Amino acid sequence: MPIASHRIDDRLVHGQVVVGWGQPLDVAFLAVVDDALAGSPWEQELYRLAAPPELEMRFVTVDDAAAQYGAWAADARVGIVLTADVETMARLASRVAAIRRVTVGGLHAGPGRAERLRYVFLDAADAARLEALAARGVDVVAQDLPAARPMPLAEWGRVPA
Amino acid sequence: MPARAVLAGHGDVARGLVSAVEAIAGRGATFVPLSNSGLGGDALLAALRDAVEAHGVRVVFTDLPAGSATLAARRLQRERPDLSVVAGANLAVLLEFAIRDDASPAESAEKGRAAIVAWPGAGG
Repeated sequence: MPIASHRIDDRLVHGQVVVGWGQPLDVAFLAVVDDALAGSPWEQELYRLAAPPELEMRFVTVDDAAAQYGAWAADARVGIVLTADVETMARLASRVAAIRRVTVGGLHAGPGRAERLRYVFLDAADAARLEALAARGVDVVAQDLPAARPMPLAEWGRVPA
Repeated sequence: MPARAVLAGHGDVARGLVSAVEAIAGRGATFVPLSNSGLGGDALLAALRDAVEAHGVRVVFTDLPAGSATLAARRLQRERPDLSVVAGANLAVLLEFAIRDDASPAESAEKGRAAIVAWPGAGG
């Protein structure tokens, strides 16, 4: 089954993902792609204990994600791929041609980040990375919850002149 | 009345629950409400740390076990092992903690768990 969502969310595994998306889509596994997290058993356990036991979580590096993506997509169950930042998703998408849509679900305020949507704040580097993804033919949208309209990058992603 | 705990959660749930504790028991000041709205993981951890330190509390209640507030609280607990975290708090948990000054977070959690009752209708 194709991966249901490739989501960029700086909170990674949290209520919107586990409940907001997880329950209506009947998500069975989350693939969290994060080089640092993949090497931190304590942080992984933190996320595992917070989520329902039936929700399988995999914590992998970008390299491992690229190698395992085919198996994830072939899984009969519903899965979501998560990254905490644009850079990681861009690296993954550059190696996995099957990623045709990327969803920005939450990038919150921080130094140098300007508000584009209530839940999307971008700095120039991330805006450029998203533009580059779109230029390669990836459909880049913003959507925090399933009931919200997926908003095309052109509506919110432009770097102000 | 000094605050004894931070109550952190999604949207306005913390303020709403504190309002309910105040309305029922006059002890809303027991809790410092904190919303995760607009905060990324690092910012939420910083806000929670600030609230805990500013009020000198050693207990954090959160609304949803899988929520970002719970994750922030567990991270803070790693920095401060004296901190207690209760996830999935409901109004019964908070009332027990607020009314009984000697109630431990674990005892309050048990009270809240026991307060959840379902009476299924004809359809199940």
